[in-house]
Amino acid sequence: MAILILCEHEDGQIAGATLNTVAAAQQIGGDIHMLVAGDASGDAANAAAAIMGVDKVLVSADAMYAHGLAENLAPLIVKLAGDFSHLMSPATTTGKNVMPRVAAMLDVMQISDIIKVENDTTFQRPIYAGNALATISSSEAIKVITVRSTAFEAVAATGGSAAIETIDADADAGLSSYVKSELSSSERPELTSAPIVISGGRGMQDGSNFAMLEKVADKLGAAVGASRAAVDAGFVPNDYQVGQTGKVVAPDLYVAVGISGAIQHLAGMKDSKVIVAINKDDEAPIFQVADFGLVADLFDAVPELEKELG
Amino acid sequence: MKIVVPVKRVIDYNVKVRVKADQSGVELANVKMAMNPFDEIAVEQALRLREAGTAEEVVAVSIGPSQNQETIRTALAMGADRGIHIEASHDIEPLAVAKLLKAVVEKESPELVLVGKQAIDDDCNQTGQMLAALLGWAQGTFVSGIELSGDKAKIIREVDGGLEHLEIAMPAIVTVDLRLNEPRYASLPNIMKAKKKPLDSISVEELGVDVSPRLSIVKVEEPEARSAGIKVSDVGELVDKLKNEAKVI
Repeated sequence: MAILILCEHEDGQIAGATLNTVAAAQQIGGDIHMLVAGDASGDAANAAAAIMGVDKVLVSADAMYAHGLAENLAPLIVKLAGDFSHLMSPATTTGKNVMPRVAAMLDVMQISDIIKVENDTTFQRPIYAGNALATISSSEAIKVITVRSTAFEAVAATGGSAAIETIDADADAGLSSYVKSELSSSERPELTSAPIVISGGRGMQDGSNFAMLEKVADKLGAAVGASRAAVDAGFVPNDYQVGQTGKVVAPDLYVAVGISGAIQHLAGMKDSKVIVAINKDDEAPIFQVADFGLVADLFDAVPELEKELG
Repeated sequence: MKIVVPVKRVIDYNVKVRVKADQSGVELANVKMAMNPFDEIAVEQALRLREAGTAEEVVAVSIGPSQNQETIRTALAMGADRGIHIEASHDIEPLAVAKLLKAVVEKESPELVLVGKQAIDDDCNQTGQMLAALLGWAQGTFVSGIELSGDKAKIIREVDGGLEHLEIAMPAIVTVDLRLNEPRYASLPNIMKAKKKPLDSISVEELGVDVSPRLSIVKVEEPEARSAGIKVSDVGELVDKLKNEAKVI
């Protein structure tokens, strides 16, 4: 049997998390097919066909599949499901929106946010914000799975040569329509795939102070993130949030600035390879997970850090 | 308009969970329980819609043992009008929860179901989407803004890259995210009043839904603990360590 992966793409570019999902699928084993749905699917289909490890790309280039509308996308996946043992997507906001709808239509239980593949039926996933890890086994005929991208090393985006096959679109369900997006534009790398992340917390005191972090980020080629407290206080937009209910990151270096280290934040970054904490409170829980802790006023330390980096 | 709000009873978010010694799950005995925080936000939104005159009735539903009635009473104390307790003795997976809620929706005929985007115990993030699938309704997930106008709802979703605006057909399932609102506290008089509000109980069997689990738990374990490292004395030492020891910059 084969595995079908829902490909996430935008403007002909494949989202990084899709490459991690292919890696998870390779650990399960079997042919890997990728569904590319939505407008401008031409470029995206070619890009998907080039991904290492993908055997076949199914394309439905209909505008109603754009923006990942679950009401339209789920029936398309369900129609294809009979040919597959596993249906997978990255655990992004798109995947988390669409896949449970697919699972319920197929009358199967989904396995959310896997971080480890034991075999083709058994998977590990975090529960309680990562404070416990559950190993789950499924005997469902079709396994519907979302994948935590940071837990799997991405496959190469090029070097593959999958066959591309066009499939028919269904009728528009007429239940939902896209209006507009308010996306944060940034020249910096994307938070979930950046090798270095520097995040600010409530200690930043004001949104304008994030400019200090941005200067350091630009010297390091890092992405800028934030704790929930900083987002709730309105310092930065919601898509900056690292934590249980925001993004989960696992970069080579994570720098937490003015972040106390609430459980909900740690859940989003504790798998980083090296953690640095800068906080003036030497009792802050963030120091318990930090490899290198600096007890200092961030308003002195961050500009100094920028200068030191030259 | 009637709004149904499913509320889940979970370990209080302030409590540090402990894995059972036999690795069968997490310790629930003598642990403080509370309403799932995302469901609190859903209750609050339903109450605001009723207070604005958009909705007439808010019905809170919870599935689980008899203690779940406390969770429903919390919703009633916040201001919900009545409660439905679906009695179940063991943990029920999201798919079965969605089937039970479908039975409630078919009986109650609400125009809107508001529910938390995920429960903070199993972190599945499935129930709302599954309920929408089973009913064939539109779904608005991870919502931080909602505006109802006739047979449509304008919603704002929190997505990976920022915010997304959609228009969805009513009736609909809307799963709510953190920044939709700040839930109110129940006042003491309202807690007293809530004790007199109607709360019906019905069993899983009466609803005729098969709730047997589809997944099995092989084991539950503690994640590998991360140990604290060292404190550096100044920025210079920090940069030196990162360059020469950790080699990450």
